[in-house]
Amino acid sequence: MITAVLTIAGLASLFGLILGYSAIRFRVEGDPIADQIDSLLPQTQCGQCAYAGCRPYAEAIAAGEAEINRCPPGGETTMIALAELLGRDPMPLEDEAAAEKPKSVAFIIEADCIGCTLCIQACPVDAIVGAAKQMHTVIEDECTGCDLCLPPCPVECIVMRPLEATPRTWRWPFPKEITAEAAHG
Amino acid sequence: MADQRTTWSFYGGLRMDDHKALSTERPLQRMPMPARLILPLQQHIGHSAEPAVQVGEQVKKGQLVANAVDFVSAPLHAPTSGTVIEIGDRPIPHPSGLNDACIVIEADGQDAWAELPEPLPDYHAHSSAQLRERIRWAGIVGLGGAAFPTAAKVNTSGQRPIDSLIINAAECEPYITCDDALMRERAGDIVDGIVILRHLIDARECLIGIEDNKPEAIASLRQAITQSGQQDIEIVVVPSVYPSGGEKQLIQLLTGKAVPSHGLPSAVGVLCQNVATAAAIADAVLRGRPLIERIVTVTGHGVGQPGNFLVPLGTAADVLVQHAGGYTDRVHELIHGGPMMGFGLRDDRVPITKGTNCLLAASRDEAPPAEPERPCIRCGQCAEVCPAQLLPQQLFWYARARDFDKVQDYHLFDCIECGCCAYVCPAHIPLVHYYRFAKTEIWAQERDREKSDLARRRHEARQARLERLERQRKARLRKKKEALESKSGASDAVDPKKAAIEAAMQRAAAKKAAQQAAPSSED
Repeated sequence: MITAVLTIAGLASLFGLILGYSAIRFRVEGDPIADQIDSLLPQTQCGQCAYAGCRPYAEAIAAGEAEINRCPPGGETTMIALAELLGRDPMPLEDEAAAEKPKSVAFIIEADCIGCTLCIQACPVDAIVGAAKQMHTVIEDECTGCDLCLPPCPVECIVMRPLEATPRTWRWPFPKEITAEAAHG
Repeated sequence: MADQRTTWSFYGGLRMDDHKALSTERPLQRMPMPARLILPLQQHIGHSAEPAVQVGEQVKKGQLVANAVDFVSAPLHAPTSGTVIEIGDRPIPHPSGLNDACIVIEADGQDAWAELPEPLPDYHAHSSAQLRERIRWAGIVGLGGAAFPTAAKVNTSGQRPIDSLIINAAECEPYITCDDALMRERAGDIVDGIVILRHLIDARECLIGIEDNKPEAIASLRQAITQSGQQDIEIVVVPSVYPSGGEKQLIQLLTGKAVPSHGLPSAVGVLCQNVATAAAIADAVLRGRPLIERIVTVTGHGVGQPGNFLVPLGTAADVLVQHAGGYTDRVHELIHGGPMMGFGLRDDRVPITKGTNCLLAASRDEAPPAEPERPCIRCGQCAEVCPAQLLPQQLFWYARARDFDKVQDYHLFDCIECGCCAYVCPAHIPLVHYYRFAKTEIWAQERDREKSDLARRRHEARQARLERLERQRKARLRKKKEALESKSGASDAVDPKKAAIEAAMQRAAAKKAAQQAAPSSED
């Protein structure tokens, strides 16, 4: 009887030690689920999901506090990718209208810029260059098209311009569209 | 006999009417210099060239007008002397029909050459790096149609040694005969170029793969080889099965080696170059001339006098068609490239580029309008003809369902877009169009991913900077506060003003005490 109790107690403490050791030795830094979600988000940092950037939204989804349908720039593709990752059911986007907006980048009408630096402070990816009382300009390749620089501008000199396709970024249309076009033409 | 060599075969492919006689009846003609030349900055795979001239500048024939920006890029040269009249967006030969940056040169009619680099007839004395630099300077790209910068392709250092240099003279696509014309007229230059290439990459053997429907070209090449004394260059005649001119297919035909999926021919010790590229290399090395002209086949029942033309790069397609007898009333569509892999032009003012091998002014019979697509009946004919041994049906289903992971699992990127599957499809499904759609969508997704990674890095860097600045600000405030506190603490002892006030107060108190004491003593 006593042997059995001692054996079980011994085993229990042994496994307890192993588990306790592994919890420290193999500790995972950060939240791997949030990282995976973050890598699927478009990183526009626009805040249209009501969180302060993509990372906070990813953490909120990981914590089960937010739905997966709140990212308009990512659109349906992102929502479906998130649904697959998390094993949730796909759902319609919360803001369909915002998702249909074409991709665009900010453009500063340089003649109207007064050099107030407010847009520079608002840009989440440091894509605007300029200094106080100097003209500012947007680095097109680095702009995510988040619209966050529009409200702070006191002279409304920032406009969003849709990104036009070039021969290098052009995509073949889905074949059906062509046949329909050919039939009409 | 050299051509008794055993050849292998590749899977699938099609035997079809070649329609080549249409453009080989007339000898090669030189196109007169047009009044205006349009040079797109991107005529090659890789990065666009950067203009090296300004609007209004006078240029000479052969002068560099745009620089290569990096390893996979190619410079451009002026095809004639004249004035740069515009640098801006113009229609280019591209399936999108979009405009792209071009340099426009107005010819002055002098056709005066710029100073050219020294010819290198003793190329044996020069290192591979020097010869590659010359090829790079000349702006040579793969002239078979793919237009990959040749200097980058022949840089085999760091890879396994090249056993076989394969010269692609197959020209398998119907209607196209520009390489045929080149072999008939300039076989000597081709052989010179081959010898230079062989020296450059130090290949053990050299094979020329050519389809059996070009007897004149074979005879002409054979004569040139005999004359040059390079008897170990072997001509291998292969049956005319489309697409024998595909790089991987030709390697399979000539060596029996299969280039691995996602791999380059160098993985099996082979380097493949087109005949026209070899001739251009001879021009660059032996004559110091850049690539400023190429042979273009203008053919089809929609053009008056089909034939092959030596055309300055940048000549507008409509000017070239005009020179070839103009459009006939049967013309239905102008196709850039051949009927299998080419694309329809929406605007015939696009320029001839380094990659333009053919302009096909097709009649309605030659390019029939697409028939309505019907459901796939799973007949499997597409899989039987696919030379890349893919499963075209599976690719089709997944491309249609926009399942871009699955479509890559079925090796979408091994598809060479030869068009055999769509050609045999009884349901008239535009299969290649689906694959092109899927490929460009996948590339767009990759670009988006790169862009979002960049945005994430920049956002994180910004957050880190803001936090650092905030920490620094707080540290500064704390220091200031501490300094203030310690200052006030220390001043109690040393501040002379306060000491003076206190001394005065003490004196006053002592006086008051003395005064209070005095009257009491008087009492």
